[in-house]
Amino acid sequence: MNIGKSLLAFFVIPGLLYAVPMAWLMLWIERKMRARMQGRIGPFFYQPFFDFIKLMAKRPIPRSPFDALLMMGLPVLAISALLASLTLLPVFSTSSGFIGDLVLLIGLIEVPSLCAVLAGFASRSIYGQVGATREAILSIIYNLPFLTAIVALAASAKSIRLTDIALAPSGAVRALTALTVLLCLPVKLRVNPFSLANAEQEIYAGPTTEFDGPRLALWELAHGLEWVALTGIVACIALPFRIGSWIGDIALFTLLSLILVIVATIIAAATARLKISMATHFYLKWVMGMAVLALIIAVLGNVA
Amino acid sequence: MRIIDKLVSLARKRSPWLFHMNTGGCNGCDIELVACLSPRYDVEQAGILLVGSPRHADILCVTGPVTSGTRAALEAIYAQMPEPKAVVAIGNCPATCDVFAGSPAIAGPLDHILPVNVYVPGCPPRPNEIIKGIAWAITILASEEKDSVNKEK
Repeated sequence: MNIGKSLLAFFVIPGLLYAVPMAWLMLWIERKMRARMQGRIGPFFYQPFFDFIKLMAKRPIPRSPFDALLMMGLPVLAISALLASLTLLPVFSTSSGFIGDLVLLIGLIEVPSLCAVLAGFASRSIYGQVGATREAILSIIYNLPFLTAIVALAASAKSIRLTDIALAPSGAVRALTALTVLLCLPVKLRVNPFSLANAEQEIYAGPTTEFDGPRLALWELAHGLEWVALTGIVACIALPFRIGSWIGDIALFTLLSLILVIVATIIAAATARLKISMATHFYLKWVMGMAVLALIIAVLGNVA
Repeated sequence: MRIIDKLVSLARKRSPWLFHMNTGGCNGCDIELVACLSPRYDVEQAGILLVGSPRHADILCVTGPVTSGTRAALEAIYAQMPEPKAVVAIGNCPATCDVFAGSPAIAGPLDHILPVNVYVPGCPPRPNEIIKGIAWAITILASEEKDSVNKEK
């Protein structure tokens, strides 16, 4: 992966220039779909953009320098990690990547969740701390099936390079992995039925309760980018082929991501929040079962 | 710079987030305020959201006559809201203390404690009137014209 190409991927497609408008679009689709499902009209498409501008223009309450640094630094770190993980996604058939970029991607995709946990505890608010604790518990729980499924896919493709994995011949392992990762989406995105970490009616906004003005704006943007990156990962894993022309590839990637957003939102709007024990049970029994099945099939396929 | 100012002003108009606080009222106005979010009125069309944390909010919606027990919490919540912010007094209680006036347990009315921008009278006011009051508060936010009502006094 040469430097020019990586910079292009980081700043243009699927990085900054593509991901930020896409993040706002996805946040809007989420709110609009939820409103429509509840029989409301819902916000206009520019709503997340204006929310961001308004929050950026607010004058936050002054804090001690270290608090201010921490509260700005954590969302900035989350945003950078998400943009970097988007850079690694094998959207195009020609994007070469490097050996081991799968490991880097998995690491980067966990950074926002870690930042949210730190932010919750750093805010010293009781709601932030409860939210952060829940986020930490859930991130351990969903990572077990998530990582198992990714390992299964890597084992069946016999590679830890994302492009090789994405373009490996399709099979049962890929289908099971895509389904497992898809089931991990709601908990990673903190939407119903796994919206425990930012449970609105219980703990206000969870880890971001104490964040105001531009600091909150950055968290909102990070949340939007999480939607882009995570639906992007599912889209890249689920599709075993690329069209070839870059416009076709990006269109296919975008379309699949948006369909995933709509599916996730419909599930979120139709369900109520589960208790943490129920969420744990669901992930460790059913989703983990599926991931282990994928791993067994992958290993048996390699042996045979 | 003028374009940025215009964009910020437009964004403030299009995305007001409310924080709702009951300072000892009878819950009538609270039900009417929450009714604004229901499918019948659906204020999210105008970008209005009810948020859980005062640090996220632009407009503080106060119902109730401000009892002495809630006064400190009200002041703390107002101080936690980042500028620019507006205060909307919903119902007769925050404006005049209504039937609670003269009670030893009352620290209100609201304008003795906080600068109030908009009063929405009624016991309780209809959701239409509340939306109208919030719309007025939004114009105050967008123009950053503080304490417009208090200045008139």
